[in-house]
Amino acid sequence: MPVFTLAAVPAPIQLFFDFINLLCEPWLFFTLSMVAFFGALYFRRILVKPAVALGILIASVVLILVSFLNPQFASEAGKPDNAPIFMLLYITGFCIWLAMWQAVKNDERIARGEGPEEAEVAKTRLHVWPYLIYIEGIVAAFVLAALFIWALSLEAPLEQAANPAKSPNPAKAPWYFLGLQEMLVYYDPWIAGVVLPGMILSGLIVIPYCDPNPKGVGYYTFNDRKLAVTMFLYGFLILWCVLIFVGTFMRGPNWNFFALYEQWDFHKLLSLNNVNLSDYFWQNFLGKATPASWWQREWPGFLVILVYFALVPGLIVKLFPKLYRDLGFIRYSVLIGHFLLMLSLPIKMYLRWAFNLKYIVSIPEYFFNI
Amino acid sequence: MSTLGDRVRQVLDEHVYKNVIWKSVFRHGFPDTDRNRTLVVLSNIFLHLHPAKLKGHAVRMRYTWCMGGLSFFMFLILTISGVFLMFYYRPTPEYAYNDIISLREDVPLGMFMRNVHRWGAHAMVLIVWLHMLRVFMTGSYKAPREFNWGVGVILLKLTLLLSFTGYLLPWDQLAIWAITVGTNMARATPGMGHEGPLTSMIGLDAGYDRFQVVHSKSDIRFLLLGGSIVGPPALLRFYVLHCVFLPLVAGFLMAVHFWRIRKDGFSAPL
Repeated sequence: MPVFTLAAVPAPIQLFFDFINLLCEPWLFFTLSMVAFFGALYFRRILVKPAVALGILIASVVLILVSFLNPQFASEAGKPDNAPIFMLLYITGFCIWLAMWQAVKNDERIARGEGPEEAEVAKTRLHVWPYLIYIEGIVAAFVLAALFIWALSLEAPLEQAANPAKSPNPAKAPWYFLGLQEMLVYYDPWIAGVVLPGMILSGLIVIPYCDPNPKGVGYYTFNDRKLAVTMFLYGFLILWCVLIFVGTFMRGPNWNFFALYEQWDFHKLLSLNNVNLSDYFWQNFLGKATPASWWQREWPGFLVILVYFALVPGLIVKLFPKLYRDLGFIRYSVLIGHFLLMLSLPIKMYLRWAFNLKYIVSIPEYFFNI
Repeated sequence: MSTLGDRVRQVLDEHVYKNVIWKSVFRHGFPDTDRNRTLVVLSNIFLHLHPAKLKGHAVRMRYTWCMGGLSFFMFLILTISGVFLMFYYRPTPEYAYNDIISLREDVPLGMFMRNVHRWGAHAMVLIVWLHMLRVFMTGSYKAPREFNWGVGVILLKLTLLLSFTGYLLPWDQLAIWAITVGTNMARATPGMGHEGPLTSMIGLDAGYDRFQVVHSKSDIRFLLLGGSIVGPPALLRFYVLHCVFLPLVAGFLMAVHFWRIRKDGFSAPL
């Protein structure tokens, strides 16, 4: 493996790869992503300046080009079906910048008492023909041209004929579902594959009903809807896009975690020493044997779940009484239920990394593991 | 001194725009007056998706990113390239893989159309996400548009399902294993998948024997695949879902989505 890696890569770049690899512990990578996310929101006024944003863009292009010197990264990134990942990185990055750039401008205008830029532009009314139809036509032509160039330059993949007897390792879902596949590490399929995706859909659908903020309609803003924008972007960027990135580039054979520039070793050994909460409670804490019947064994886990979903919402009411007053009981419950379910993912991830916690409630008799 | 453009315009005015056939198709003159510009939009079924006039900000690209229109545009491209591919593709394991190879080897423009279809599908997933991001960031989902946002979320889900069902059709290793991984989740559906929680409770004990209602040959994954592995029935099911059922549902919801965006109006205090 290292022989293969070192052959072509200059020493300082290899040093850089090794440094990045050090940061690619699961907990550290995820934590750094979150620090970057909240840091970017906090320093948004600096980051949205076109010169700064352009600098970040150039740096990221250089970073990716350099990354292609690494054979493992190059082989994953070179897969035709992973091309959309780069579009995801760059186009989403550009769109987030475009939104935040306008949001920062509007927030400054609003602070000066001028109202958002959109309100000023909205005073003129334009005929749809030609002012909108022409834009649509030109954009459609450009997108069609780009798609044709993409189709001419990159062949759709076709591997060997389907063979149910020969499974690839790792077997991966299409890139847009890799976030869900990554959740399978931390939750059983009934949560990662059924409950959480269902919750994502229902959570998105209830957004308009659970957002009582009358401000921020029809213009880009951050200050007018800090909580809503932060929650949405956290879900989209950290819990969706980052997990897709991890699932694509950092999950190798046997779905083991590999650093970004680490050669995928089929024989990498990882100790599977995850422990259930019930075992922690009965054996480590009380020093007894874990009871055999599930309802005796699992009550501490159920208690934790109950506290999480019953007491935390009450605590939030105490801390933010205005939120509860604005929403009322039903809408507050719907919102906070979805919020806590969403947050349960990073919580479970950190519990796994910190304590090797496997299940909070584990009833394998009924395939009921949380 | 008249320019060439003026002369062309004069000829068009005299011989085209007053022509009986032209007037039977387009019921207005050249759209350079306010009246005709309005009529272009009002009298054309396709352009009538739009209102005749819009507030300035709603036209600007930096506000809309054009993502909603592009989502629909991608759907159209995928429909056209998909129909082309359907002429050359048979959804049975004996033929499916070889038909994809013959698209590449034998069919004029076959590989190009397949590439357009595949990359267009990836692009559409991304574009729909970004459309949702834009609508969120401008708060455009708020009253009176709450319902239409929900319709949009279902359309997003349908976009992913369309892409996912299409992923199986080449019937290569990439296809069946990606679909195997994806559909394995359905095993764990609570009460409806044979490895899901609570499922084993649904059944009757008859003394020495047990009647299990939901098992690996009767659960929701079996319904989806037409079998307990990703085999020939799964290929046919995914083909029908991909080419007929999901596009019809998506088309229906798109009609609702577009109609409601026109009818709901906007509460922006602009």
